[in-house]
Amino acid sequence: MDTFLSLYDGFAVALTWQNLLLALAGCFLGTMMGALPGLGPANGVAILIPLAFTMKLDATAALILLTSVYYGAMYGGRISSILLNIPGDEPAMMTCLDGYPMAKAGRAGEALALSGIASFVGAFFATWGLVFLAPQLVKIALLFKPAEYFVLYTLAFATLGGIAATNQAKSAFAAALGIGIAMIGVDTQTGVQRFTFGEVHLYDGIDFLIAIVGLFALSEVFVFLEHRDPRGAEAPRETVTIGRLTAPWSMLRRCTPTMLRSTGLGFLSGVLPGAGASLGSFLAYSVEKQVVDPTGRSFGKGDPRGVAAPEAGNNAASGGALVPMLALGVPGSGTTAVLLAVLLTLNIQPGPMLFQENPDVVWGLIAALFIANFMLLALNIPMVGLFTRVLLIPTHILMPIVAMVAFIGIYSITGSTFELSMMVGFGILGWILRKFEVPLVPIILGILLGNEMEVNLRRAMTISNGEWSTLFDSWLALALWAIAIFGFVAPIFMGKRVKRRIREAEEERIGD
Amino acid sequence: MIKKIVTGGFALAVLAGLPLGATAQEFTPDQPECIAPAAAGGGWDFTCRQVARVLREGGMIDGTMRVQNLSGGGGGVAFAEVVNKRGDEDDLIVAASTATATRLAQGAYPGNTMDQVRWLGTIGADYGVIGVRPDSDFETLTDLMDVLAEDPRQVSIGGGSAIGGWDHLKVLMAAQEAGVEDLRAIKYIAFAGGGEAISQLLAGSLQAYTGDLSEAMGFVESGDLRVLAVLAPERLEGDFAEFPTAREQGLDVVGANWRGFYAPGDMSDEAYDWWVGELGALYASDAWKTVMENNGLADLDLQGDEFEEFVAGSVSEIEEISREIGLIQ
Repeated sequence: MDTFLSLYDGFAVALTWQNLLLALAGCFLGTMMGALPGLGPANGVAILIPLAFTMKLDATAALILLTSVYYGAMYGGRISSILLNIPGDEPAMMTCLDGYPMAKAGRAGEALALSGIASFVGAFFATWGLVFLAPQLVKIALLFKPAEYFVLYTLAFATLGGIAATNQAKSAFAAALGIGIAMIGVDTQTGVQRFTFGEVHLYDGIDFLIAIVGLFALSEVFVFLEHRDPRGAEAPRETVTIGRLTAPWSMLRRCTPTMLRSTGLGFLSGVLPGAGASLGSFLAYSVEKQVVDPTGRSFGKGDPRGVAAPEAGNNAASGGALVPMLALGVPGSGTTAVLLAVLLTLNIQPGPMLFQENPDVVWGLIAALFIANFMLLALNIPMVGLFTRVLLIPTHILMPIVAMVAFIGIYSITGSTFELSMMVGFGILGWILRKFEVPLVPIILGILLGNEMEVNLRRAMTISNGEWSTLFDSWLALALWAIAIFGFVAPIFMGKRVKRRIREAEEERIGD
Repeated sequence: MIKKIVTGGFALAVLAGLPLGATAQEFTPDQPECIAPAAAGGGWDFTCRQVARVLREGGMIDGTMRVQNLSGGGGGVAFAEVVNKRGDEDDLIVAASTATATRLAQGAYPGNTMDQVRWLGTIGADYGVIGVRPDSDFETLTDLMDVLAEDPRQVSIGGGSAIGGWDHLKVLMAAQEAGVEDLRAIKYIAFAGGGEAISQLLAGSLQAYTGDLSEAMGFVESGDLRVLAVLAPERLEGDFAEFPTAREQGLDVVGANWRGFYAPGDMSDEAYDWWVGELGALYASDAWKTVMENNGLADLDLQGDEFEEFVAGSVSEIEEISREIGLIQ
């Protein structure tokens, strides 16, 4: 088998002491950056690029360092989601939904261990997918034209009702708000400025990182300030128990089908350029919920499968995103865009010829991904105990740290104070919305996916000279429509059953 | 290999630097700084960081040039910052490109014009390319233009910039030269990057692609893209020599996506001369030749007044065509 031979050569390139050390450092730094709100994988990689150049690393070594950071950050994002209900980066958003309730129920250790293993499963199989399928997968990506992309994003929004909120109208409102925010900035299809009011800072639109850090991290700080006792003492905090630090076998067994399904979904959404890890973790979560818990009994309340699904999904997507980046030179996500820039500065032109022209780089990179994966698993499982200590830090110390990290993180990316005030604005908005019990996740999804959805619709319409039928022109589009409609309709019928069940549960409680 | 080039560049820099030191009245920046008006990873960031690296490794500068990312407004945030707050600094340069000129021409930096800053020089250019799938019926650029003149609805052209951006303007300039009357009817589809546009060309949703040579090269080598015309003044060298220019086909269009720098408007003349000389020496160094070769940058060597005129010319050309398609009033 040529593939195995090439992979063997790749390991021969990657397995040197220097490279292993770099991978270890990368994994550690990546995990830290992923865990800090604001500093996602894209920024983590971007920040370390100059370091790689100053150290005068050769192409393979530099790539090993930077991909370790990439995978590390994808692992790390879950930590603050679970412990603090603040996503470390945008794909980790879905992990909050069940991870935080688990932590509140004293199962933080289990949630962290399980999500570490789910991340490993997702990334591990996605890397195999990259090994065997990269050339074929490019053909799948080519089936997606603007019309199909539009339907794909419609599907994502249609299944939105399936997640989180008890109140569908509120989550629809939140999604609409997010799409509205996504419209700010220059409209690439006409070159016209929308909702910018002549403010040059808004011309590029609002960076979703600012929205995430504001809505999640800062609003958390505001909620804390509000509930602080007037005499300065801390509001009584729920007593924290950490529980066991590993995931029991029974839980892993129960989550295995979930992890495998989510890996497949995540990988495919990673392969599509522009969709990326956020869509991967989102689809993995909502599909998993439809499959194993259509009535909404346990998802959102600390179901381990709700932790395993998005983590396997987003890590698989990060492997999948490397397919179009390497084989087409088209980045599938923000981070792969940065990696693409790194390759270019290293004098490597990704694209159809990469596998023939620089096989040592490609296979060295793939071997590095495997190494990083095992290293991250080895690094993450024993560190669960350390991470959970965060929960023991008193809130009045933790919250100022959160605020500080949020400010530093955003300023280091944008270098401008306007964005800082915008972040505070989002924090206040998040605080108000929490009062009204409006879920925050659909807002971020609206910002992330709304633009792509609109732009692809308009591309499709321009190409077809305004014929709407172009949206139903291919079997792929029709299949996606069918799934979207099912995903939209199913929860409505299921919803009745859910309501009945909730009523029954309440009656029981009253009976107690 | 790299070491050799670096030492070569160093020797050349010393030679080039000597006479300059005398005329520039001993100006040297204390804390040289380069603003990249976008986030890390993009073209402007690349410009700052590569120049900083070559200057440092070649010993052409004392210490290191700091690179600061100041993103927002397609470069407008940085432009306003330099004009309003840092207008008299001598140690500061800012990365710029054709996109900067385009936005200045279209008034996309509100209240700012090109004469509020001093233009230093270029470090190379990426020439425009118009291409199609290998099995396309279009054999030459004129074939494509004929169809555009007849029935623009038949062809969708994709590129990596927004409407009114450089990739779009290149097609319009060619079409204008070819005598296409209704420029507004040409269907240009904007993508997030050239790579995305090419993959949609391969997927069959587009009939033609407009972009820069460096991003197109990989697809040409793999046989996925056929170049109809490169928008260079004459045939390029090396691997690029096989591509016909638009001029050869009777369309007098040159589209160079240049990369370069501007400096604060009230920079002292001594400092300005020093930076201009420095960029000239950088351009002449072997180390920079390697960077250009590796990144598909072609020759465009303009400094000082010459560059200032060049930018002015390109701003007025873009202004004219933007007015024609109704992008500005």
